[in-house]
Amino acid sequence: MAKLILSMDGLVLKEIPLNKERLSIGRKPHNDIQIDNLAISGDHAVVVTILADSFLEDLNSTNGTLVNGQPIKKHFLRNNDIIELGKYKLKYLADLQASVAASDFERNAAIRSGQLKMPSELQLESGDTITRSSVGLASVPKPPSPLPGAAIQLLNGPNAGKELDLTKTLTTLGKPGLQVAVIAKRPHGFFITHVEGRQFPVVNGRSLDAQAYPLGDHDVIEIAGIKMEFFLKG
Amino acid sequence: MLGHGCQPASCFVLDPFFRKIARVITENCLEIAVSTDPGVVSSHNEDSVFADARLGLAIIADGMGGYNAGEVASGMATTRLAADLDRVISSSALQAACQAGDTATIERHLLNEVSAANFAVFHAAASSSRYAGMGTTLVLAWFHNNRMTVAHVGDSRLYRLRGDEFALLTRDHSLLQEQLDSGMITPEEARYAGNRNLVTRALGVDPAVDVEIGTFDVSRGDIVLLCSDGLNDMVEDEEIALALRTLGGNLQLAADHLVQLANDNGGRDNVSVILIKVREDFATGRNWWQRMRDMLK
Repeated sequence: MAKLILSMDGLVLKEIPLNKERLSIGRKPHNDIQIDNLAISGDHAVVVTILADSFLEDLNSTNGTLVNGQPIKKHFLRNNDIIELGKYKLKYLADLQASVAASDFERNAAIRSGQLKMPSELQLESGDTITRSSVGLASVPKPPSPLPGAAIQLLNGPNAGKELDLTKTLTTLGKPGLQVAVIAKRPHGFFITHVEGRQFPVVNGRSLDAQAYPLGDHDVIEIAGIKMEFFLKG
Repeated sequence: MLGHGCQPASCFVLDPFFRKIARVITENCLEIAVSTDPGVVSSHNEDSVFADARLGLAIIADGMGGYNAGEVASGMATTRLAADLDRVISSSALQAACQAGDTATIERHLLNEVSAANFAVFHAAASSSRYAGMGTTLVLAWFHNNRMTVAHVGDSRLYRLRGDEFALLTRDHSLLQEQLDSGMITPEEARYAGNRNLVTRALGVDPAVDVEIGTFDVSRGDIVLLCSDGLNDMVEDEEIALALRTLGGNLQLAADHLVQLANDNGGRDNVSVILIKVREDFATGRNWWQRMRDMLK
């Protein structure tokens, strides 16, 4: 979890974990971080945290908020940023492990944090930023079980015996201008689709139509006179 | 403001209420394929799409706003622009500008039409509480005399594949892009940032809109992609490029595959794709579309 280290004159006063979506800073007692000092406005600033990202926003405080010596209105916090409010300093320490894990998670599970609603603080500021129509929260998809690898082996022609691993999301087969088909690697399997040419691919002796056809282990494909076998790899 | 003009027979506006629409138009020098889908998460499509090879015009608008207002905003912008630009493109002023290669005049005409569409959406939003706060992004490309003029507002994009080079020709008007530009975050951080849905410019939000417009050259074999953020948020640029290179021979398949990729990766948002392949050179003294019209007469 990311955190803020509050200090004054080099003396560490407090360590504040960023475990809330909205963490307010100010002189008034209702703030999450109350700093009872006249240089601090009643409602001075707010830190908004969404997953691994934190934003600092100054709430039109009288004396302003500095980050790394520069006055800011809104700021995307980065590791080791120093926030200054009057004589007080807050050091932002990002949780680098979590952000790496979060991004991995996003990638693998294909969940985008974009679907989370932004807190209102960041949405509208004198109407110059518009929130995109937000789509409801997706039900969390199951992390796809890793698809087994697959390959095709040529059965005839000059390159008979040659193997071609299907590692990319699209692999083309055939001769451009004559007949081309493509094998798409999708989360739930491998699919062959006709791309161009008058002849359609033949799988296990049957000609396909324009629809994608799901390939099964040991299916035999024929494209432009070349026969090849599709097989899954352990 | 609504219902302005009528659609020529060969034009079509995709009704955002349809669940899924895909269609190819092949006419003269441009081949166009369109695919739009609500995605996996949402049941309705707030994207609106228009493409017409005869006019050489392609438009995507991605609406925003509560209830159905997003669909209203994007539909309104697209319908209006399609009708108005059809008229403008046929006007003698624009024909002359095309022949003279007068980019400034062409851009000015397009800007006028986008501004008018902006005002129409703004006016509708202001006059009905149901539509309050609605807006839409826009990306529009008009092909003329071996060039294309591209206007955009918000985070809908235009890419061009030329040979092996796949380039993004528009720059998003989004908070994320502004943070990138100011160096607040790195491109690596931006990939996983949570605020990718905030746009800084949109059609219909203010009485006037700041439209970014530019003209690019186009050559035979180019494939131009217009898309809503439902595509580029879910699919990496390299995957998009691979799909265009591999499936460019079958444009509709390429368009459908891109939508499928976005849905396979989670399909968080509506996704719309227009692909335009330049089949022939269309630089002549007389406009290619004019020759086409003469042929049709």
